[in-house]
Amino acid sequence: MSRFRAPHLIALVVGLAFLYAPMLVLIVYSFNASKLVTVWGGFSTRWYATLFANEALREAAFLSLRIAFVTATLATILGAMAALALTRFGRFPGRTLLGGMIAAPMVMPEVIIGLSLLLLFVGMNIERGFWTIVVAHVTLATCFATVVIQSRLVTFDRSLEEAAQDLGAPPLRVFFTVTLPLIMPAVAAGWMLAFALSLDDLVVASFASGPGATTLPMRLYSAIRLGVTPEINAASTLLIALVAALVVVASLAVKRDAAAR
Amino acid sequence: MTALRRALVAAPPMLWLGLFFLLPFLIVLKISLSHAALAIPPYAPHWSGLDSWREFLAALGVENYRTLAEDGLYLTAYLSSLRLAATATALTLLIGFPLAYAIARAPRGWRPLLVVAVVLPFWTSFLIRVYAWIAILRPEGVLDSILMALDVTSAPLNLLNTQTAVLIGMVYSYLPFMVLPLYASLERLDRTLVEAAQDLGASAWRAFWTVTVPLAKPGIWAGVFLVLIPSIGEFVIPDLLGGSDTLMVGKVLWTEFFSNRDWPLASAVAVVMLVILVGPILIFQRVARMERAR
Repeated sequence: MSRFRAPHLIALVVGLAFLYAPMLVLIVYSFNASKLVTVWGGFSTRWYATLFANEALREAAFLSLRIAFVTATLATILGAMAALALTRFGRFPGRTLLGGMIAAPMVMPEVIIGLSLLLLFVGMNIERGFWTIVVAHVTLATCFATVVIQSRLVTFDRSLEEAAQDLGAPPLRVFFTVTLPLIMPAVAAGWMLAFALSLDDLVVASFASGPGATTLPMRLYSAIRLGVTPEINAASTLLIALVAALVVVASLAVKRDAAAR
Repeated sequence: MTALRRALVAAPPMLWLGLFFLLPFLIVLKISLSHAALAIPPYAPHWSGLDSWREFLAALGVENYRTLAEDGLYLTAYLSSLRLAATATALTLLIGFPLAYAIARAPRGWRPLLVVAVVLPFWTSFLIRVYAWIAILRPEGVLDSILMALDVTSAPLNLLNTQTAVLIGMVYSYLPFMVLPLYASLERLDRTLVEAAQDLGASAWRAFWTVTVPLAKPGIWAGVFLVLIPSIGEFVIPDLLGGSDTLMVGKVLWTEFFSNRDWPLASAVAVVMLVILVGPILIFQRVARMERAR
């Protein structure tokens, strides 16, 4: 019964093929020499050249990367604070509220989050652009960073912190010399998750953005609406490669950390 | 001293989420009670200080909600969102369960790698994953080319811009959300229980339905809600893969806001969507708590 048998293997192969085939199609066709998307015209990297020559797309990519970097950093700091409060402070006034505010944005439809933030910005008369997108993304990403860091804090050996305290270290020093190094893999994972979320978001950014601030997903979205082009295939391939590299590095880091423990 | 320190740690995330998550909902609620106006911002009345709060309150009305109730379009959109999301969730469970089961049965050394393989697509751009399906489903796209080359079909299937395409896109995008909780439940499952059932004469099929499935219930529920709740308000998938016959409430909200510039009506659509989602979200949190308590 507990053996891994042919039906299991079939389920695995079919399931993973379903997940990966569409992306494989994009990657293969990004190297298609023909302008016609479905006709194979031989191997070529010409679409990567056109892609890099596309200034609007380059600008959008640069903006998205800057937003993602600031977002991930702020969200990780706020997320670490929230995770500490939720796991270490026992019962305090507002704990349920904080827990709810962390959980809700993760399942809330993006259109609602986007709309509500936009109405806040308009109501407060704030000009929309780089920083409003950052604020929107931090709000969303903090929740995910909190959950990642929290899961690490729960399984944490507190006797190490207590030892440092008994030896006379002040709380801030205990945090930076004992707690933080030990939860670092989770902090790094939270940072990367926040970065990926921000880089990927179309809906919330569309609401929070103003004229002049067009992120990469917004630019790609308007291009996609006009049709399938080899250039978008090339852009997709680059993004898939970037994310795959990040995830592989992250899982190697987690594995080494797990082995060291 | 400790209390002050704790307050300093807990306060920033609370203030941030209170200001940028909670407060905006109150504003949405307020604007959903306002009238559309040809102004910037396009709604009335405005909040203009504490002195005029009485006039401000008097100018509010429920006309947007009346529009939602009376215009059949909105009711259809809510119902078809629920129907499509429920169908997509059922299909995701149908595809995700065998996959999660197979990973849980795989040799121990393979499992972490297989879990990463399932999660990896989730990390790549959502937009690109949906876009990939446009390339596959469009007339004379990849799917048509393959099927016609194999002589399975003789004419293009015209799947793009249909509800089928929306369902495929949803199942594809949300599959990792279903597989992960299912795997967590199935991996922990005590196999000796299944063996005991079989020793007592139950067929493999019966043992599966009377032992494995009930024990995997928490994972099933978690997966169902993780797929169902976000897919009800989904915008990108129905917009890019759906056609004119695909009415989904996320798309309706987007159109009211960006195309019709009717901010109050868009806000009312959002409020009703939230009310619909509160039930599933509360049940989900209960299930998650029960799961943690086990």
